[in-house]
Amino acid sequence: MRYFAVLREQRGLEEERVETTAATAAEVYEELRRTHRLALPAGSLRVAVNHEFKEWGEVIRDGDTLAFIPPFAGG
Amino acid sequence: MGFRLTAAPIDPSALMEELRDSRTGACVTFEGRVRDENEGRPVRSLDYEAYAPLAEREGEKIISEALRRFQVSRALCVHRTGSLALGDIAVWVAVTAGHRSAAFEACRFIIGEVKARVPIWKKEHYADGSAEWVKGSAGPLRG
Repeated sequence: MRYFAVLREQRGLEEERVETTAATAAEVYEELRRTHRLALPAGSLRVAVNHEFKEWGEVIRDGDTLAFIPPFAGG
Repeated sequence: MGFRLTAAPIDPSALMEELRDSRTGACVTFEGRVRDENEGRPVRSLDYEAYAPLAEREGEKIISEALRRFQVSRALCVHRTGSLALGDIAVWVAVTAGHRSAAFEACRFIIGEVKARVPIWKKEHYADGSAEWVKGSAGPLRG
């Protein structure tokens, strides 16, 4: 897992290894959200798997790198 | 590399050297700088944070799209990360082309797409000592 911006601050970490039985990116987020009381609902985030934007239903495999992307504002 | 992230101050004159080419008659640049207020709140400084591998990949896609869509020769976009003071350059875009209209259009396209698609977050530090991540509209709404 990699965390950025407001999610990084809420989790208190930049990255961590997570063991899960979740099958999809959406299930992983719900699990993390419950465990760490993350404030942002999945609907306000996007998901990246192995540094590419993916759908929430993306099936995850052992060793994948996931990131949940809060709304951003570059420039 | 048409898109770069850098933690060091952006130096437009050094970057312009890379784009020097006597065959192009037009060069349009855009400089985004740190402003002293946002939505009425006085801002003292900014922190930028990027998801580097994804930001670089998305940024390169945008540059490639610009080169395909417009009659331009070169396009370059550099975005800062880290702590910035008022007036510092946060993002810099340059496009060279044979003629000016394509250069203007491509430059506008690139900065618009970068803001909408490249995962970079901005934390504003206000004059009253508080700080907040800017609630960007970019991200969840775009596929």
